[in-house]
Amino acid sequence: MRFLLGLLFFVAASQAGAQLSIEITGPGVQRTPIAVVPFAGEGTVGTSLTAIVRADLERSGLFRGLEVPPLAPHPNENSPVNYGEWRSRLADALVVGSVAQNPDGRFEVRFRLYDIVKQAPLGAIAYLFTKDNARAAAHRIADFVYEKLTGEKGVFSTQIAYVVKRGNTYELQIADADGERAQYLLRSNEPIISPVWSPEGRRIAYVSFESKKPIVYVHHLSENKRQVVASFKGSNSAPAWSPDGKTIAVVLSVEGGSQIYLINADGSGPRRRISNSASIDTEPRYSTDGKWIYFTSDRGGSPQIYRMSAIGGEPQRITFKGSYNVSPRPSPDGRILAYVTRDGGKFQVALLDLSNQQVQVITDSDRDESPSFAPNGRMILLATVRGGRGVLSAVSSDGRIRQNLPYSGGDVREPAWGPFIE
Amino acid sequence: MRAIIIVTALLLAAGCQTTPEDQAAAGVEDRSKPGAGKPGAQVQPVERPKVAAVDLTAGRVDPASALKDPASILSKRSIYYDYDKFDVRDEYRGLVEAHAKYLRENPKARMLIQGNTDERGSREYNVSLGQRRSDGVKRMLILLGAREDQIESVSLGEEKPQADGQNEGSWSKNRRSDVLYSGEY
Repeated sequence: MRFLLGLLFFVAASQAGAQLSIEITGPGVQRTPIAVVPFAGEGTVGTSLTAIVRADLERSGLFRGLEVPPLAPHPNENSPVNYGEWRSRLADALVVGSVAQNPDGRFEVRFRLYDIVKQAPLGAIAYLFTKDNARAAAHRIADFVYEKLTGEKGVFSTQIAYVVKRGNTYELQIADADGERAQYLLRSNEPIISPVWSPEGRRIAYVSFESKKPIVYVHHLSENKRQVVASFKGSNSAPAWSPDGKTIAVVLSVEGGSQIYLINADGSGPRRRISNSASIDTEPRYSTDGKWIYFTSDRGGSPQIYRMSAIGGEPQRITFKGSYNVSPRPSPDGRILAYVTRDGGKFQVALLDLSNQQVQVITDSDRDESPSFAPNGRMILLATVRGGRGVLSAVSSDGRIRQNLPYSGGDVREPAWGPFIE
Repeated sequence: MRAIIIVTALLLAAGCQTTPEDQAAAGVEDRSKPGAGKPGAQVQPVERPKVAAVDLTAGRVDPASALKDPASILSKRSIYYDYDKFDVRDEYRGLVEAHAKYLRENPKARMLIQGNTDERGSREYNVSLGQRRSDGVKRMLILLGAREDQIESVSLGEEKPQADGQNEGSWSKNRRSDVLYSGEY
């Protein structure tokens, strides 16, 4: 096991400069109107919590934030709610709350959520946070509201990773799911591809070409260190974490060709080969239950998606339609497979319903790559090209909500959506 | 300076290899000579064995500089491919043969072959396609007498294009294998 503490990288070292912003496009859905009343006293935080909560909810494509006029008296979480009045303002839901500073300098936010249509309180909660973590607190509030109103967990507190190319400089960055608070983990003069989050969200595996060949590293986010985990003769690429975070599937050419192997995530022990073909076998991904590995293979003459038992075994073919189906990504609930399909020169993200084999192309761009499910399965982050520039985009898994994530600082690619953080 | 040391080492290595053959030739003397076959007679070589001579002055091409000499085929380092093809086209056969000969004659030489693809399609799948290209060149070199341990074949996928355009003119420059010798990577 080797730890490399090079000059190339800094963990949590500096803000990454230009940031992602998000625009919603696409046909959309019926959006629930919600009134997020500015919290009493939130001006003392220096960051408008409720503006972030509203932006989060709107970005999901499922909510429309209502303009709230100045109210007197200004309501907080303890005020009685006049359901009729909020109904007349066309609100289906209401968030009210307040912020107070504790003697230790930390802030405490308390808020309450109401269903205006059913005239019922949906819950209340309080969070304690420092000024530096105001955005994180707002994302927690948005997650609470989202989960109460939709029944599924919110992803506003999660992070994303992606690679920015600026001239001949490559940066592996992580940011909040809204594109804010970006920072870089690794800056290099050689390409970086295929970042993947470990299941607990504290490590990222990726492929770096800094040694003039692809080598797989694991970066420990909070410990300011990274580690070579696969540096065999030939190419080392396409890392994928097992759901327990102990094993990484990688693609090695050490025995010729591109074949799938398992290695220990700490780089210890021998490699174990699990694919056995004279063809290309690459892009492994574990199913959420850890039983299967989906992968891309050209054993049938064209690249198609297959799956095999996660300990190896006879593969079965999964995709049949089209002559180029790559980059399999099983959904968190295991029911859907996202992948990239080529049709008439266009590369687009398709979803395969694994229960009935229905295929649906869900993007309208033509150079899509690297789809990545949000941990709740609702959205898929992907890389595409607009106006000659690499950009990130997101699409809901029903195809109805699309978001562009414009970035001013270079070409953005290789997105990876991180897991839920408790 | 480092280059000179490597050159000298390579030349010495090349010279040493010829010695055993010469000695063996000398040892097989010569049953037709007078005295051959007589009991107790030892056949003595009539000629002294050749020594391995290294002549650095007589117009020989310095092998390391040949790698850089534009007039030498060894300075040609890129093999280009047709779309979705991985076999070395006939026009590059001479190039691969020359590098195989160089590896044969310079047993200490080490080579990195980087396979590359155009930008279309999945980055990771393209790493595998580039690997198929560099593996193909490596196999050919070994068939032509290079040793397996002299060569590492790797892939840069679509990540290091020579040309940036999104058209066949650029893509055809990006579908290639590049040959590098130790010290160059």
